Amino acid sequence: MNFAVQHLWVIPACPLLAAAISFSVPRQNRRVSAGIAIAAMIAAFVFSTFALRLALANPALHQTFNFGWFDVGDSRVELGWLLDPLTAVMCVMVSFVSSLIFIFSLGYLKEDANFKQFFGYLSFFAAAMLGLLVANSLLLLFICWELVGVASYLLIGFWFHKPEAAAAAKKAFITTRIGDLGFLLGLIWLYDRSGTLLFFDGGHGVLESSVLSMLAVQTTIGGLAVSTAIGLLLFCGAAGKSGQFPLHVWLPDAMEGPTPVSALIHAATMVAAGVFLMARVYPLMSADQAFASVPVHALTVVAYVGAITALMGACIAVAQNDLKRILAFSTVSQLGYMMLAIGVGSWVAAIFHLLTHAFFKALLFLGAGSVIHASHHEQDIRKLGGLRGSMRTTFVTFGIGMMALCGVPFLFSGFWSKESILHAAHEWDGSVVPFAVGLMAVVLTAFYMTRLMAETFFGRSRSAAAEHAHENSRVMTVPLVVLAVCAIALGFIGTPAWPWLQSVLTGVRIESTSIFAGGALMGVSILLVAVGIGSGWFLYGRRVRSLDTAPDALGRLAPRLFRFLAERMKFDAFYAATVGRLNSIMAILADGFDRFIIGGFVSAIGWLGELTGNINRATDENALNSGFNSVSERIRAAGKSYSRAQTGETHGYLRVLALGFVVLVILVLSGGAR
Amino acid sequence: MNVTPLQLCLLFSSALFCIGLAGALSRSNTILVLLGVELMLNAANLNFIAFWRFSPSPAASTGVIFVIFAIAVAAAEAAVGLALVIAIYRHQKNIRLQDATQLRG
Repeated sequence: MNFAVQHLWVIPACPLLAAAISFSVPRQNRRVSAGIAIAAMIAAFVFSTFALRLALANPALHQTFNFGWFDVGDSRVELGWLLDPLTAVMCVMVSFVSSLIFIFSLGYLKEDANFKQFFGYLSFFAAAMLGLLVANSLLLLFICWELVGVASYLLIGFWFHKPEAAAAAKKAFITTRIGDLGFLLGLIWLYDRSGTLLFFDGGHGVLESSVLSMLAVQTTIGGLAVSTAIGLLLFCGAAGKSGQFPLHVWLPDAMEGPTPVSALIHAATMVAAGVFLMARVYPLMSADQAFASVPVHALTVVAYVGAITALMGACIAVAQNDLKRILAFSTVSQLGYMMLAIGVGSWVAAIFHLLTHAFFKALLFLGAGSVIHASHHEQDIRKLGGLRGSMRTTFVTFGIGMMALCGVPFLFSGFWSKESILHAAHEWDGSVVPFAVGLMAVVLTAFYMTRLMAETFFGRSRSAAAEHAHENSRVMTVPLVVLAVCAIALGFIGTPAWPWLQSVLTGVRIESTSIFAGGALMGVSILLVAVGIGSGWFLYGRRVRSLDTAPDALGRLAPRLFRFLAERMKFDAFYAATVGRLNSIMAILADGFDRFIIGGFVSAIGWLGELTGNINRATDENALNSGFNSVSERIRAAGKSYSRAQTGETHGYLRVLALGFVVLVILVLSGGAR
Repeated sequence: MNVTPLQLCLLFSSALFCIGLAGALSRSNTILVLLGVELMLNAANLNFIAFWRFSPSPAASTGVIFVIFAIAVAAAEAAVGLALVIAIYRHQKNIRLQDATQLRG
């Protein structure tokens, strides 16, 4: 059994290998690249299923395999793999949804020139995401966390020739980075306090009782427990990744990427990573619950942020006109729901909603992709309409997704997961606000989804593109059908009558109760869904607009509110006026500092160097060179005067010789030589 | 006046030397200048032989060996001199010594 845990890395390694192959083959190898990517994803799905079987054999156990990465001084950084039901269930979901979306992409990006690159990026993303799930170390999780961020950046900016896409990619990257800074600080603080980043390590891991009780009793500034502070810092990272208020602004813009990317990364998997992180470190987040004296509990903050996000996302979604933007704000709102569930203490409900949401939101996005692909990249719902007849399969599957998201009772998975969150919120003794917000969001969700359905599929076609739309090929509709089946079937693994998922995740057997256990509450939420759908239909469905320029029905009733919501509650304008303005001022200051102070200093040094060089040259040329020159001139003049004796006249030489001889003879004869 | 054979020999060699010197100084033909030089050399050789022959111990043939060496060296020198003459001729199409002044300073 340990063998399997030890080789858990195989799950992320499959798509990683596919990504490596995709990146290294030539650009025209479209089939090879896509084929390998899909095969690797299916292999990862198979391995994940095995892992799930192993995990289910003993759901209460956290099976780990840890190994040292490197040593720093006398401390050792350790990484590891973790297999428990949470990991396994998430792996199965991610690999399954990824496989379907990969197949859908075959059709959606059929004409794209960078087809091969796209599958490389997708595989890379899947590898990082699966790595994030199997990590048993906060550090390894953080590494993969950043890698999914990079993949998200690359895929949002996949159509980088569009300026909006490039800007959206940058925005997503920078906004999530703000949250990640908190994550990193929390991680370092945690390492400082506990000396390890492993989740489970035979009693010494950060999620095990000895470390947790140590962290919960220490306090820091403002009487905050250390575990609370670290938990809140980690929540910053989760809020950035999962589009929570106030860092939600990047998620709607991320819809500039290709629609399969929106479905996979910005609806089903990556944005859920924040919720997964919170569920993973839930013991840490809840460590301060036992102490009533601390000023604030980490989970309370999570609950309120989740509630605000859920309500805000749903409100803004009501007034959007872009098909994908509506779904994006809906995702923001649903992620808020999940955070709310974690905040009120039911991470199991959050994971349940995460799973069902992954399926039905992927279904909705792929449905939207199908609509967009069929109507030549028209995604303004005012210009669509009447697709009910021409795109039968898409209409039916999209309708199933819509009903799952709204929480239409009994048959659809969204109903059961939403129900479990509302129950948890109802039972929370902290405040009634999250519960009330959850109920409000139910109405709004039903309302805006009804509006979306009515505008897109009913009435008359309001543009040539929508008029000529026809159903897409099998490669795109089959994933829709599979996801639609899942969107219905998945609800039944967590109903009160058969709480399988809840038992598995907590490792404690939960007795099944009647399916109508929370009768009154369930009745209220069903009523609210009916109100939402009814009012949506009353405003938009009864008489669908006939012209794309006709004013919005809600816009006529409350024009100022509608405009405020359409401008996304002015969050982007507000950030542009504050953070953006501050950033540009800082940039100007930094530029001035760089240009004048540092630049001046550097050019002064350069000028100094030039000056000494000039001085050097002047001394060299004038002082040193002239000395050498005059000496050489003298030597040359001397040589010249000597050479005058060399006449070249051989007779002259002989004569001198003879003269010398005569002088010698005279000397000898006169006796001078003695 | 009583003249010894040694003195006769010395007078003869002096005459030879003077003839050679006069020839070397007065001729413009390079070969003839070389001939003059050769005469002066042989005058010197003659002196060696004369001093050896009329020395107190003529048994050791030192003078002859000296002269033989000098002749051998003179032969080599003549070979070099004639080669120079040929080179000069090739260069200036005559062998006038007065014209060969290219190596002047």
